[in-house]
Amino acid sequence: MQREPTLRERGALLAGRGAGEAVRRLGRGGGTALPGLIAGALAPGLVEALGAQLGQGSVTVTGTNGKTTTTRLLAEAVRRSGLEPVTNHSGSNLERGLVSAYVDEAGPDGVVPDPARSLGVLEVDEAALASLLPRLRPRVAVFLNLFRDQLDRYGEVDSVAEGWRDALLRLSGEVGDSGDGDTTLVLNADDPTIATLGEVARGPAQGPGQRPTMTFGIEDRSVALPGVEHAADARFCLCGEAFEYEAVYMGHVGVWRCDSCGRRRAEPDVAARDVELMADSVSLQLDLRAEGPGRTLQIDLPFAGLYSVYNALGAAAAAHALGLPAEAIADALEQAGPAFGRQERFTVDGRHVRLLLAKNPTSMNEVARAIAGATLGSDGPSVLLAILNDGIADGRDVSWIYDADLEQLVDRTGSVVASGTRADDMALRLVLAGVEPAVVEPDIAAALEQALAITAEGGWLEVMPTYTAMLEVRELLATRTGAAPFWRTAEPAAPDAPEPSS
Amino acid sequence: MSGGPEQTIRVVDLYPEVMNVYADRGNVIALRARCRALGIGCEATAVGLGDPLPAEADLVLIGGGQDREQRRIAGELASRAGLLREWADGDTPMLAVCGGFQLFGRFYRTAEGDELIGTAVFDAVTVAPARGAARCIGDVLAQSGVEGVGEVVGFENHAGRTYLGPGAEAFARVLHGHGNNGDDRTEGALYREAIGTYLHGSLLPKNMALTDRLILGALRHRYGDGGPLPAIDDIYAERAHRTAATVARERGRSYPR
Repeated sequence: MQREPTLRERGALLAGRGAGEAVRRLGRGGGTALPGLIAGALAPGLVEALGAQLGQGSVTVTGTNGKTTTTRLLAEAVRRSGLEPVTNHSGSNLERGLVSAYVDEAGPDGVVPDPARSLGVLEVDEAALASLLPRLRPRVAVFLNLFRDQLDRYGEVDSVAEGWRDALLRLSGEVGDSGDGDTTLVLNADDPTIATLGEVARGPAQGPGQRPTMTFGIEDRSVALPGVEHAADARFCLCGEAFEYEAVYMGHVGVWRCDSCGRRRAEPDVAARDVELMADSVSLQLDLRAEGPGRTLQIDLPFAGLYSVYNALGAAAAAHALGLPAEAIADALEQAGPAFGRQERFTVDGRHVRLLLAKNPTSMNEVARAIAGATLGSDGPSVLLAILNDGIADGRDVSWIYDADLEQLVDRTGSVVASGTRADDMALRLVLAGVEPAVVEPDIAAALEQALAITAEGGWLEVMPTYTAMLEVRELLATRTGAAPFWRTAEPAAPDAPEPSS
Repeated sequence: MSGGPEQTIRVVDLYPEVMNVYADRGNVIALRARCRALGIGCEATAVGLGDPLPAEADLVLIGGGQDREQRRIAGELASRAGLLREWADGDTPMLAVCGGFQLFGRFYRTAEGDELIGTAVFDAVTVAPARGAARCIGDVLAQSGVEGVGEVVGFENHAGRTYLGPGAEAFARVLHGHGNNGDDRTEGALYREAIGTYLHGSLLPKNMALTDRLILGALRHRYGDGGPLPAIDDIYAERAHRTAATVARERGRSYPR
């Protein structure tokens, strides 16, 4: 598979690099997509060229929620294992984003600095995976979860899962049953749509030649929800029967079984036990099953919410599948710090600000649960700034906010400010949930000022934005606090907010 | 204060666990909130697969679903077509959305060529184009001829193309968007008090006139007559409606002449 980049590919990489520098010099954002778009147009084989150079192979990370954080955690574990991660840390996760990551890393000869030690850690969009998987042939493919998300862009949930199954079947067909160069699937055992991908890829013949899998899941019923959430998507088994649940952790994710065909959630290879959820962190016991004695690690995860546990488990299982040392995994989970906009913290004029991206019903549910469950300061409940944009990257259709259970914020939040291009829709949803906003201000900069003004000095402001709103509000916060722009957030950020008082 | 409200409408919510793909729950949430504001009781019964239909209903709701969900309910729904048509003939208001609307027509032919038989509450048929054909996706602005409803805003996302027969009229005329099929400017269907539409999810929250129309119809169904509802402003709903209308004018599909 090893090959040198062609002259044409080297030229394309240089052209992409020039474009990225121009974009950044013009102050028009991070140039995280354009370089890849240009380079990719000039030389269509760049994804393969990148893949061929990575001496340690690559990992793809896909799923509806948690890709960026999981990728960040895994890249940190790779780094702490003495390898060089090549990663699209800016969250640009279509083919052009991957090529942009290559453009950033490659020298003038089109070669990454240390090919022998380089390992691709690549976040891949759910819809782009089917085309990229056979071209990248990753060592490990991580599948986190599948929820409804931007139905106007991705189409229906079933068609996304169908695309994944087809891609895995094609991969099996090409690679054959030898097991040589085979891709290990890292699968969320608790999400039935994800867990059953293993059997699809395995094909009819059980036994030798099976595609290797590494599963992960939560083994702690004490953090389960009372029942399946409204925003659940995989309510029915491949055989057509409805799933039964012994425990639900979020949406349709939990301890599931089908009484008709006998499919059921299997005990995971990598598990979180003794999970304790706190206002802005989670403590858990991480079990890594292995041949021979496994390892158990005590982890203090510096992120809030059960959804953060799944991100940590996905990263840990992938790292484990790669054979990275347990210590590197534990250190990465505890010290990598948040990805941009995902529980990032800022301090503005003595007010603590936490940025919690909420981009689809399940993600908004989890963020609302984290906010409702947090008592971050002793000065009363946090102020909430809820921002709903309807750009292409947010989803043009904003009706999804009715699938989120914002009712759980009743009496669990301080004053609320609604903002964004669809501030009026956000305000109406909040009112119908029983949480009337104090301020409705479509302009995000003005809304942020008003929200900060309502927040007491020393108090907390929780910001719950959709994707483009997050980029906008983050830039405002970064400007005021001197934080790095989002395309330079690969290195662990120094914590810039003090520990919460309780 | 004594007891509950003087008047209560009985709402039957069909298969909410299955047919809910585009946030159709928003319609029930808005209906309950509006009834509360108007001082009207709202007794909603969720009917799941295998559950019997209640003996009586003043308002029937059904939401959208993917092909898979439509297949799950189609058989049972068709077996109840007689009663549902009887209810529609008896002026029971209905709101059937997207996949539910398709199954309230005569049939829905999937991209694979399977024909799912509908309830035929509406004289309409739906045919999905071959896989890979463009879906009808986007913001919609339409004008309804239903008394008191007027301008309707929403979002559509469907593959199937619906064509109305002589026994049904359109719920609304499309100003921006695709509507039933992208060709004839029709949006949804209307039969007596029953409404079918492709506008999903947050339809009732920001179309308060339609919500009121359904509530009024339900009151008339239960109590015989019913005067106009008290005019209670909902400033949040009005603003969200106006924003959605502006968005649809700016970026909704222009109808070919």
